[in-house]
Amino acid sequence: MAEIRLDNLQKRFGDFTAVRASSFTIADGEFFVLLGPSGCGKTTTLRMIAGLELPSSGKMLLDGDDVTFKRASQRDIGFVFQMFALYPHMNVRSNIGFPLKCQGVPRREIDARVEEVAKLLRIEHLIDRPVSGLSGGDSQRVALGRAIVRKAKAFMMDEPLGALDAEFRHLMCVELRALHDRIHATTVYVTHDQVEAMAMADRIAVMNHGVVDQIATPQEIYDRPRTMHVAGFIGSPPMNFLRFHANVAPGAESVRLNGETIPVPTLHEGVANGDVALGVRPEHVELTDDGGIRGEVFGAEYMGTMQVVTVHTKHGPVKARIPSSRPARIREHVGLRFAKERLVVFDAVSGRALKSCLFEETIRG
Amino acid sequence: MAEVVIDRVTKRFGDVEAVKDVSLTVPSGELVVLLGPTGAGKTTLLRLVAGLEKPDAGIITIDARDATAEPPALRDVSFVFQQYSLYPHLTVYDNLAFPLRAPARRVHEAEIRTRVERVAQLVRIDHKLANSATRLSGGEMQRVAIGRALVRRPAIYLMDEPLSSLDAKLRAELRVELKHIQADLGATMLYVTHDQTEAMTMASRIGILQEGQLVQVGTPQEIYERPVNAYVAARLGSPGINMLPIDALPAKGAPNGAVSVGARTEHVELTPADDGPAEVIMVEHLGSENFLHLRMNGHRLVTLTSPDRQWRPGRRARVSLHQPLYFDAAGCTLAVEQHVNP
Repeated sequence: MAEIRLDNLQKRFGDFTAVRASSFTIADGEFFVLLGPSGCGKTTTLRMIAGLELPSSGKMLLDGDDVTFKRASQRDIGFVFQMFALYPHMNVRSNIGFPLKCQGVPRREIDARVEEVAKLLRIEHLIDRPVSGLSGGDSQRVALGRAIVRKAKAFMMDEPLGALDAEFRHLMCVELRALHDRIHATTVYVTHDQVEAMAMADRIAVMNHGVVDQIATPQEIYDRPRTMHVAGFIGSPPMNFLRFHANVAPGAESVRLNGETIPVPTLHEGVANGDVALGVRPEHVELTDDGGIRGEVFGAEYMGTMQVVTVHTKHGPVKARIPSSRPARIREHVGLRFAKERLVVFDAVSGRALKSCLFEETIRG
Repeated sequence: MAEVVIDRVTKRFGDVEAVKDVSLTVPSGELVVLLGPTGAGKTTLLRLVAGLEKPDAGIITIDARDATAEPPALRDVSFVFQQYSLYPHLTVYDNLAFPLRAPARRVHEAEIRTRVERVAQLVRIDHKLANSATRLSGGEMQRVAIGRALVRRPAIYLMDEPLSSLDAKLRAELRVELKHIQADLGATMLYVTHDQTEAMTMASRIGILQEGQLVQVGTPQEIYERPVNAYVAARLGSPGINMLPIDALPAKGAPNGAVSVGARTEHVELTPADDGPAEVIMVEHLGSENFLHLRMNGHRLVTLTSPDRQWRPGRRARVSLHQPLYFDAAGCTLAVEQHVNP
């Protein structure tokens, strides 16, 4: 088990900076997710932690030891990739036991550890089967087993569930997290799927263009996004943005949007005559007859007890998550009301959230 | 647009009965979704309506006309396949115009232009009309494929998983768009998918297929709230409905013959109690809500809770169910006297 520390780690490929000076610490036993769109630098970061890629500058510490220039094989790290590359000519037992065999571990110990891991992953019944006939999920369990059998200091997982279909992926998320709770190994997990990140992570690092935008717990990231990228990447559907031009003064308790006064959490920063965006989560939008922001219903998506209603407004489309019992017909004109205390105001040019009393709760809480 | 009636249709491939005695009406202007897993017979049913397959028994009526023996070209249907197949040597414009230029149709170029431009706007590809079809992203190509179907005004649009090859974000966007376009045109549509979210969010009515049989037809709300059996109950909802043996909980008002009880995640209520039978084993964050995974006397349960409620692994709780569904030994839903608010 180990703590992983990144100190100003940077990676350039020629003129292209894949990862810009990131510093953060992954605690011993933590399930840490690197989340972002493709090309954001998350896999490069993971590969630097693993030792598959050398940083252009900066340091990397594993359990306090400087391993910046150590090879992957010297770092004692286990891997799981998206394409579960199992050895097709071996059965489940030999696949899982292979890393131990390579290390020269005695046969009896290999057997004992393989069986322990198979039990942990609930694939004991498959242990003597050839891997060729396994389902996608079971193949992935075997690949996981092969990684954890080594009892490495930390595990690196690069989109391990990417090849599975949506429902099954969700099931595996739950399983993977349950596994983590049993073995408590430091895990760095790369994904572009915010649902996976939210479901499993102790903390998430949201990356964009080689920069870490925010590192926090899933709930914190969801409730108090620091940038528009984070806000727009997390949530399904993600946060709505109403874009407008305004003069916002520090201390303001509302913003003026198209002549309407919208109360917001007290702002500590302002924007002088610039482009701003009001961020509101779909579940904090209410349809009313008298709301100041008006729009036309574009579509309603039934989701069971709840529905998602898309309303086209002058400031762009707004999605509202409301009970299905409230009828919403296409082309109906509706008013919108927002939950004041949950709104985020962004500087739309820099994409940064303006500091407000919403963010103070973080420090207190 | 026209009504399409499938009347007691059966289709066999060798020994396999792919479609078994299915009757389904697609009313004019409605979007009917066929939902089922791979091999349930949904694509076969679609191909039967298109005339790409001939039924072994039964009748297919399009616009009050018996079309059972008609070849595809005479049926006046448009088909969108899962894999967009555009003409690679043509521009987006010419791909969209292609169905209208068929010799049999004789549409004037001016009329073609009007219709192509309108459809291009609908599917948001109007800025790329002059592009070669191969120089588009996957999402754009699929929008062209959908647009090519929409450019005609057939009796019915047949769509076979048209969104499944797209990434999640685009799929979510196109779901709303396609439904809006369908409502806008008043189009009759038969739409096949294995994605329950598409079925729930887009359908006027859903037909649930199981091994070639149509087990229930109803509005998304009817199917969600009043499934006819446990199979249908398990098709909708994510995560799926919780199923427990009837004796897992003290059941008040369970009807005679009930062997299992089902409750959707949002209908399981927890009360913190140190001596409660259920233990929280995992908290899954969605942001807006949390899923709590629980273990109770060897059974697994998933519930939906507010993130404001401080549940942590290890906490214990008592469990009560709202709007439970009761099933008999055969899996059929049993009627209960409901005491729910209207």
